[in-house]
Amino acid sequence: MSDATIDVTRGAGAPSYLSAGHRIRSWLLTTDHKRIAILYFAAITVFFLIGGAAATLMRMELFTPGADVVSADGYNKLFTLHGVIMVWFFLVPSIPTTLGNFVLPLAIGARDVAFPRLNLLSWYLTVAGGLLVLTSLLAGGVDTGWTFYTPYSSLYSNSYVTLAAMGVFVAGFGTIATGLNFIVTVHTQRTPGLTWGRLPLFVWAHYATSIIIVLGTPALAAALLMVVAERLFGLGLLDPARGGDPIIFQHVFWFYSHPAVYIMLLPGMGVVTEIITCFARRRVFGYPMMVAALLAIAVVSFFVWGHHMFVSGQSLYASLIFSFLSFVIAVPSAIKVFNWTATLYGGHITFESPMLYAMGFVGLFTLGGLSGLFLASVPIDVHVHDTYFVVAHFHYIMVGGTVAAFFAGLHFWWPKITGRTYPEAMAKAAAILMFLGFNFTFAPQFVLGYMGMPRRYHVYLDQFQVWHAASSLGAVLLAVAYILPVFYLGWSLVRGRPAGDDPWSATGLEWQTASPPPEHNFARLPIVREKPYAYHEHDEHPQEREATTHRAQGTGRTPGEARADGASGDGPRADDREEARE
Amino acid sequence: MSRVTSPGAEPNEPFLSWQRQREAATFGLWIFLASEVVFFGALIVAYGAHRFLYSAAFETAGAETNIWYGSINTAILLTSSATMAVAAWAAKAGLKRTVLIGLSLTAALGFAFLVLKGFEYREDIHEHLVPGSPAFPLAPAQTQIFFSYYWAMTGVHAIHLTIGIGAVLWIAFVVLTDRTDWTRSGTLHGLALYWHLIDVVWIVLYPLLYLAGRG
Ligand code: HEM
Ligand SMILES: [Cu+2]
Repeated sequence: MSDATIDVTRGAGAPSYLSAGHRIRSWLLTTDHKRIAILYFAAITVFFLIGGAAATLMRMELFTPGADVVSADGYNKLFTLHGVIMVWFFLVPSIPTTLGNFVLPLAIGARDVAFPRLNLLSWYLTVAGGLLVLTSLLAGGVDTGWTFYTPYSSLYSNSYVTLAAMGVFVAGFGTIATGLNFIVTVHTQRTPGLTWGRLPLFVWAHYATSIIIVLGTPALAAALLMVVAERLFGLGLLDPARGGDPIIFQHVFWFYSHPAVYIMLLPGMGVVTEIITCFARRRVFGYPMMVAALLAIAVVSFFVWGHHMFVSGQSLYASLIFSFLSFVIAVPSAIKVFNWTATLYGGHITFESPMLYAMGFVGLFTLGGLSGLFLASVPIDVHVHDTYFVVAHFHYIMVGGTVAAFFAGLHFWWPKITGRTYPEAMAKAAAILMFLGFNFTFAPQFVLGYMGMPRRYHVYLDQFQVWHAASSLGAVLLAVAYILPVFYLGWSLVRGRPAGDDPWSATGLEWQTASPPPEHNFARLPIVREKPYAYHEHDEHPQEREATTHRAQGTGRTPGEARADGASGDGPRADDREEARE
Repeated sequence: MSRVTSPGAEPNEPFLSWQRQREAATFGLWIFLASEVVFFGALIVAYGAHRFLYSAAFETAGAETNIWYGSINTAILLTSSATMAVAAWAAKAGLKRTVLIGLSLTAALGFAFLVLKGFEYREDIHEHLVPGSPAFPLAPAQTQIFFSYYWAMTGVHAIHLTIGIGAVLWIAFVVLTDRTDWTRSGTLHGLALYWHLIDVVWIVLYPLLYLAGRG
């Protein structure tokens, strides 16, 4: 293709991905990773609201010791719904399918993910799974807890377990499709010069996450299959009366579900690394260790599942080994925290809203991780297993950590995704409120659990009320903090000022193309010439950010200059098949 | 047998070269296979645990599966892998007729497997070898566990095979109509990988389910 025939529908100067079609069809049948990210975003927002509604009802019930809002059975169904929706339909897909789908191909200078149609299929699978779960809710609900433990889920439950399990099963295939797609994309779609040692940690984090997804999720499918086969066809794998073993379900389930907690967490670590480097204007401290830590977590996470089963009657020796390995996995997690801190050291830190959320992530994740070490020691776990201590532990990591990171990334890339800026003061207020509200809600639960309040009960002894009431009040603040962004981000879509291509002067390749990006991302591929996060090499001081000396990951071009000649990089034309042909 | 390619065919988005697309498709399939291995692996490990616990019951029950159906089906499936391999290699050479013959034979053999399996299931049901059935003929109760694995594993395998047959027919259609440049796209190679996995899984299931208890 000669330059004379430059196709203005592609690359720079081309209409943005948002204006590439306005029909519903152009969204529902899109194969553009950016549009699929938006589809996912819409879907998981709905799921988050449903899961949040269940949480609200539970916190209302727990405000007083007696039963005043729901029955015992209703409460069982609420926490099951909450857990199933939040884990599989919000947290697992949250960052990878929205920010990951949107940013990952841009960050490696690709036109799209390797298998765009598979990407769309994964959205349909996730939505279909979600609809199955919601159907089970409308039909009457499920009362087994998100863990589907047998024999609750096999012999003793008359609720719609099969339907919900099928929903999770189907959505699991969607997740596997996403993981597979990311791995192949990172291997085959990187722009020239973007070697493995130059990949942004956001990309590495998604790579490590994808490995866990691909090797973990099928175990969940196997566990659910055993339950469904018993309920529907009377197979006896989990039925003790015939020699089956309910504990086998727990093993297979946690073989997936412990790694799954890292499916939820690692992408957040990736997001936070991008943000901390950007707002501290520092190269990340210890890049090789950051990568090694991600990969180490991905590997070791498959060998600690038994720490959920210390009181299940598993062998004491097994418990000790699982306990030891759980301490081991804390090491790479701690390395990440230390390296983020060291990245801040000597940086020119500014506290824009993404940075506030990211700082919140680091603090809350650290607390959650440290409480995990308590749980990993057998004697303490025997004391606090199945109490609010565990509830507090995983909420610190999943809500304090992952959800904060999701909001951090959302605020960071919002200008790229929508092309608009949001009211910064409001965003800062929401970030701070979220941090305070979160601690207000969940810190009391550590105390409650230590005092002996078991999880999954809707009534409790009077002595716990103080802490429960505090937690419920905190939840109000937290709810406000979650709802605020709906308003100001929504407002920004209509009234927000145009953001410009690189509002934060960040170095990632995604900032080199227009905001919002054109349908095919880059007209000319950017060529990468150096490591990521070259902040203090080029413009150390925040005030210099306004200056145009900023270089995006060593491509030697400022974003504005890049597009002046109708291209976003200096590499080969992105759609030049002739040149690339075998 | 002429080398047929569709002149206008381009690699799929976002690939710029056939080679990249081929690499990516093959690599993606290997990843998928890895996840399949975990899925079957979970069932097989659980089988191992139970067999270790109840070896006597497993031997009693294992002697009740029908070794004739199992063995003939093993032979059929192994043959189908050969015809699949022929199709995959013929695709590289652009031998359209050989590819189509190979795929048709593969699909036919896969279908024959399912038919035989259906007869076998009918016989099993006739003999009440169904866990949970009040007329289950064997004792002790743990023999039901063996048959739970039998049904779960062969059932899941049959579902995979059914999907495989569908995929083979679809790809045969793609080749027939030259919807993509199948000589260079690596499509057949990917299909073959999946088909061989189904075969390998069966090779593991066969001794676990048919040879146990026939010492
Ligand atoms: C620093 C590493 C970590 C350690 C040592 C650790 C340890 C533990 C232990 C021992 C338990 C079992 C407690 C019990 O049931 O009695 C547990 C529960 C849990 N953890 Fe962690 N954890 C760590 C990180 C994480 C992360 C990163 C997440 C999520 C992103 C997470 C989410 C959960 C969840 C959801 C549960 C409760 C599951 C349930 O029973 O419903 N943990 N953790
Ligand atoms: Cu765990």
